[in-house]
Amino acid sequence: MSANVSPVAIGVFLVLFLLILSLGFFAGRFRQGNMHHLDEWGLGGRRFGPLLVWFLLGGDLYTAYTFVALPALMYANGGAGFFAVPYSIVVFPLVFAVFPKVWKVCSDNGYVTAADMVEGLFRNRTLALMIAGTGIVATMPYLSLQLVGLEAIFGGLGLHASVTVLGHEMDVPLLLAFGVMAGFTYNSGLRAPAIMAIAKDILIYTTLIACIVIIPAKLGGYAAVFDAVPPEKLILPPGPPNSLGPQFAYATLALGGALGLFLYPHALTGLLAASSRDAIRRNAVYMPIYAFMLALLLLLGFMALAAGVREMPEFADGFARFGEIYAVPALFNYIFPPWFVGVAFAAVAIGALVPGAIMSIAAANLFTRNIYRAYIRPDCSEAHETMVAKIFSLVVKAGALGFVTFFPETSVVQLQLIGGIWMCQTLPAVLLGLYFKWLHPTGLLAGWIAGMAAGTWMAGETGFKASVYNLYVFGFEIPCYSAVSALVLNLAVTFIVSAVLRAKPAGGALAAAKAGPEETWG
Amino acid sequence: MSGKPGHGLRKWINLLLLVPCVAALWTPFYNSVEPRYFGIPFFYMWQLVWIWLGAGLTWIVYVVAWRGADR
Repeated sequence: MSANVSPVAIGVFLVLFLLILSLGFFAGRFRQGNMHHLDEWGLGGRRFGPLLVWFLLGGDLYTAYTFVALPALMYANGGAGFFAVPYSIVVFPLVFAVFPKVWKVCSDNGYVTAADMVEGLFRNRTLALMIAGTGIVATMPYLSLQLVGLEAIFGGLGLHASVTVLGHEMDVPLLLAFGVMAGFTYNSGLRAPAIMAIAKDILIYTTLIACIVIIPAKLGGYAAVFDAVPPEKLILPPGPPNSLGPQFAYATLALGGALGLFLYPHALTGLLAASSRDAIRRNAVYMPIYAFMLALLLLLGFMALAAGVREMPEFADGFARFGEIYAVPALFNYIFPPWFVGVAFAAVAIGALVPGAIMSIAAANLFTRNIYRAYIRPDCSEAHETMVAKIFSLVVKAGALGFVTFFPETSVVQLQLIGGIWMCQTLPAVLLGLYFKWLHPTGLLAGWIAGMAAGTWMAGETGFKASVYNLYVFGFEIPCYSAVSALVLNLAVTFIVSAVLRAKPAGGALAAAKAGPEETWG
Repeated sequence: MSGKPGHGLRKWINLLLLVPCVAALWTPFYNSVEPRYFGIPFFYMWQLVWIWLGAGLTWIVYVVAWRGADR
């Protein structure tokens, strides 16, 4: 595959890539504040207006992995892979309805993370530790996946050089790109990915518009694109008798994804960086532009199918090495002139670094606030706290790099799958805690444990390969996204245990819990 | 909690946010190939159109109930 990439493509790619990376270093000066303050480094001073939040969230949610993996899913599975679209239709009304309230509570009390908020609401450190731990553990494989995407791009361009570390091959271009990302994150904090996200979006939109105009024209219109898809894969297949069938699985995948998305630390970090509740609401109105972009991107999978890239001898190597993930890079190489291949690949590569930076910042905020300051050095100064966060952001990145080097790619994907299921289990404490003040911290903890255990078990039953697990109720089959079924159990346990504990108040615990939430209500 | 007190129409208009959720999650509405529009099967057309309808409804809720609040 490396043989047929023109030097023009590589040249354009490198120029754009380096240009946008250098933006990251200067971003720290944008609306500069006191960078020895965690609010400034980790949340951009909570001063991002609607437009910047829009770019930041877009950079956050539509990652390199999304660009490569989701079209590959369509390429392999057909219409069933389109669930990312209903998921994004659901997520923005949800953001509109719920997250201005989260922002208000966090802003009034100086909370930087979801775990901060939970500790403030329930005055329970164990619960806060659970939330922080879930966030850090679920973010790590997500960050590693960005590296997998970046590696595929470098590989697709034929930029391949490796050194051997402890018997494992380490990709040198990947190492360099990651080193630069670590540098600008350390230096500029959340401002770096926000500014870079603007440049990234310009490249992505250019690429996508080129795709939707040029590709169908070349392949004979959209009708020809859809005709290339086997008819049985075009829509969701009918289920077996006595089963809710693939349609139910599709809907739960969309719902579970939407519920989990903004519980992820990096997504919440983007929202908390907003300057006001109004900025968040306006974003919920504008974000669907990204959703439309995502839908078009998914259709690239079908376009790759219609173009027949798999049968072309020049791409045989790439498919052998990367599998279906190679479908979109191959399509770009086939359709575009060399210079534009460079633009498209640069867009996807920056699409890996922007969310990578936000994820490492979010994980660092969690570690510093809810583990370091809570358990190791409760009396540390603001400047010391920020320094710890900066250093931990480097540790997280090194960990992610080690992960993709020493573990097979499949295990990264599997961990990401469990991460999504785990993240959803923090919903009762983080979101319902805002509305149901009588929920008991012990109830929330019990629910969390039940949800985590059930979710992990269901994923394990499928060999950590599938997110959908078939439940059987009186012989009736219910194929459900494990995150959703585990969340149902989690909610049931949370409410039942809370009701029992509230009915027989255990003196001190109740008083402590009640003392918490009241002052946070604006 | 809100800067703009929600009552009357302003309170109920928020329920519009549920409409795109139902349209997107109730698959029996749209799980069919025909009719096609511009060569695009109904399954895809419905979901593509609902991205914009969802945004439109959210915008209506924003304008009617929330604009000017919490800046």
